[in-house]
Amino acid sequence: MNLSLNRRSFLTASSALVVAYAMNGPAKAQNPPGPPHKRRGVDAKQVDSYFVINADGTVTLYSGKVDLGTGHRIALPQIVADELGIEIERIAMIEGDTHLTPDQGSTSGSNGMMRGGVQTRQAAATARAALIKLGAARLGLPEADLDTAQGEVRAKNGSASVTFAALLAGGQFNLELDSKAPRRKPSEYRYVGKPVRRPDMPGKATGAHVWMHDFAVEGMLHGRSIYPPRPGARLVSVDEASIADIPGVKVVRIKDYLGVVAEREWHAEKAARQLKAQWDGGGLVTTSAQAQAYLRETGPRDTDEVAEKTGDFDAAWPQAVTKIKADYHWPMQSHASLGPSCAIADVRDGEATIWTASQGTHKFAEAFDGILQLPKGKVRQIYLDGAGCYGMNGHDDAAIDAAILSRAVGKPVRVQWSRADELAWDPKGPPQTLTIEAGLDGNQRVSTWRAHMWIPRPTPKLPNVPLVSPQLAGLPQMQGVATGSINIGAVPTYDIPHMEAVVHYVKDTPVRTSPLRAPGKLANLMAAESMMDALALGAGKDPLAFRLDHLKDPRSLDVLKKTAELHDWRPRVEPRRDGKGRGVAFTHYKGNETYVAMAVDVEVDRGTGAIRVTRVSCAHDCGQVISPDGVRAQIEGCLIQGVSRTLFEETRFDRERVTSVDWSSYRVIAFPEVPELKIALIDRPDKPPVGAGEAAIAPVAAAISNAVFDATGVRLQSAPFTPQRVRAAMAQSGTTAG
Amino acid sequence: MTITIKVNGAARSVDADPDTPLLYVLTNDLELKGPRFGCGLAQCGSCSVLADGVEIRSCQTPISDVGQRAITTLEGLPALYAQQRKLPKAPDLHPLQQAFIDEQALHCGYCYNGQTIKGAELLSRTTSPTEAQIRDHMNGHLCRCGTYPRIMKSIQAAAAKMSKEG
Ligand code: FES
Ligand code: FES
Repeated sequence: MNLSLNRRSFLTASSALVVAYAMNGPAKAQNPPGPPHKRRGVDAKQVDSYFVINADGTVTLYSGKVDLGTGHRIALPQIVADELGIEIERIAMIEGDTHLTPDQGSTSGSNGMMRGGVQTRQAAATARAALIKLGAARLGLPEADLDTAQGEVRAKNGSASVTFAALLAGGQFNLELDSKAPRRKPSEYRYVGKPVRRPDMPGKATGAHVWMHDFAVEGMLHGRSIYPPRPGARLVSVDEASIADIPGVKVVRIKDYLGVVAEREWHAEKAARQLKAQWDGGGLVTTSAQAQAYLRETGPRDTDEVAEKTGDFDAAWPQAVTKIKADYHWPMQSHASLGPSCAIADVRDGEATIWTASQGTHKFAEAFDGILQLPKGKVRQIYLDGAGCYGMNGHDDAAIDAAILSRAVGKPVRVQWSRADELAWDPKGPPQTLTIEAGLDGNQRVSTWRAHMWIPRPTPKLPNVPLVSPQLAGLPQMQGVATGSINIGAVPTYDIPHMEAVVHYVKDTPVRTSPLRAPGKLANLMAAESMMDALALGAGKDPLAFRLDHLKDPRSLDVLKKTAELHDWRPRVEPRRDGKGRGVAFTHYKGNETYVAMAVDVEVDRGTGAIRVTRVSCAHDCGQVISPDGVRAQIEGCLIQGVSRTLFEETRFDRERVTSVDWSSYRVIAFPEVPELKIALIDRPDKPPVGAGEAAIAPVAAAISNAVFDATGVRLQSAPFTPQRVRAAMAQSGTTAG
Repeated sequence: MTITIKVNGAARSVDADPDTPLLYVLTNDLELKGPRFGCGLAQCGSCSVLADGVEIRSCQTPISDVGQRAITTLEGLPALYAQQRKLPKAPDLHPLQQAFIDEQALHCGYCYNGQTIKGAELLSRTTSPTEAQIRDHMNGHLCRCGTYPRIMKSIQAAAAKMSKEG
């Protein structure tokens, strides 16, 4: 049964239509083809969990990882089409449905291709080997004489062929993933490494696409949560008479959780704004202005740990000839998705179906079992596209809000957050503070490097970020702090004999956190790479040449050299100090993933302090490139968002609440500020693909900081680099304005 | 109360409170999937529609304020284009929609309703916009994914195609 997607044509949860993205046409809501998987826990070790070869010769691909606007929806079919030997047009893909797709973990840390892709490729390689075996028996030819192409097993000499569908005759593979199944050689690829158009763009460009926000189920009500005016406040009383003039609104109150549902969305929204309630207590432990002091001194102390160690810093430090020490600070930032978090839940009869834009449906289905106190496996989450999230935003909060409201009223409920909900309540990128001390030896080489980091401690084995409403409603969930691995990157991959990273953990965060694109790396690289620049100056070397001198690995050297070429980098030691500057930064992401180098040009108005980034050149090596245009697009997004986070973004809060709650108080980059971008991809077809979704954002703040130094002679050590901070830094260093 | 508005060339009657934002009428009552809620504050542009060819923020436009103005949503853009350019029949896509697909401009695509509406408004006024004009005209339409460079390129590509077609 195929239905075209109209907003109201969706049926109830029981028929559980899902959206399949066909590579050859518009997305269709359909009953999933192939053998029905009716329960959660699709086995990630079984080939049949990854795809089904349908009787009509098409392939339905099941992906536990989802496309967050990142092009995964085309990259994965590219891999499968090549590995299996079928035209990409015959593939349709179902993403993130917990009852249909294998649990491949959350789509995060730009691991979509690294892990999801590699797993699916192995499934396809295993299937291909099995098909060739079946084909050999059917055609009476040796396996060595056969290959697959266009959905058939074919004799290499063209003498005979049989289709996949005929070989399987409706059956399944019943095979475990075989890590030794032979994979195609890069020279045989038809799709991988070539730009293939994304299947969802026509629908998104014309308004035919069904977003989470457009989805609707029969009999659905609209809900809104009313969060406390101060986190942690107790709900004392609710004055339902204050919304008596709005028809058909039901107030839902569970302990400190307060919500409304109504048949019309506008009524729910008006009621949420108008409902009078009394709250008591609550507030935040510190302010955004005091965040640095909170991390270094006033926050609840946890343990200190040596996170990384090479050589013997303490022994070597006294011998350093030139020593430099500096402090750096990074603010809390919002994921600031352009569209609000949104979800629909239908919780009835001891079961729950949740339509959600979550990046981790499998993980949260499990968490929701616990929160809703349902037997394990009773929650089904079905993924639909939301606005880009760049880490975990409020989607899962909206989903549990919808579930709480649905259970309370016994009907499906749709919840959409407001802009203020989104910017105030989405879990934030954590605040970070660092000190780096480093020294040069007599040969003007970096000999010693120690980074101190003051950061919130992530709770070990925390299954998911704790959600807001279960907390308010007193529903069970595991408590803790999630940050992503923000302790990586303050010790660089340069050839330095004595290095150490010390982490001073704080027990909590002022505002709830979750990983935000390239967790911690903008701050850590801003610190490390501006220190590297300061050392270059101390050594009397050009900053780019100085970096090359401290690297041996050819892939690291290549991205830097390519950047120099793209940017037409001319060696120079002293800063220009005339308001125009250029800066360079480099990372070997997480020490084992993507290689990125970039150079930026800035113009600094020394009167107002305003920084304009005019040009960015970036060289990028993420191993084998599956989708070149997709990778390029991700890099572009990283660079632009990186400029935004460096120059503009800070979640501000006072002792009561987050105060940056709209697009003027939480400012992001807009058209006038967009720099010119130049990008070079270094393709390594013989190397495994690693992430491209976040590595390129990591060095942006560092490169800008270095360029501002070149332009002004002052180093900015606190992001965002607001005009006010630039003016203050220049005044402090005695640099004259104008 | 029943209010009648003109949307994509047809008169549509809805039963809604007069203060209901036009956006909710378009998405919930008329089941259109182009306009999108982004901020509800007239700050981001993702809800934009054209009113007599002029871009407005449907999230901050009460339905009672629409009056006689002809509303065009993303869905109605090809037909409006045909009317503006006096074409015998509406193309499948407005040239800017085609350019966005050709440039593979979208990331999540959430902002593209607004980008397309605002870009089409610009192209209805000039088919030779400079980069500075584009930046200026499009300012106020946010793209959190950072696809701005491809949006600018797409507008220029669409403009070039339109001026060639005369
Ligand atoms: S939703 Fe209307 S401008 Fe943002
Ligand atoms: S493409 Fe995601 S907000 Fe513009």
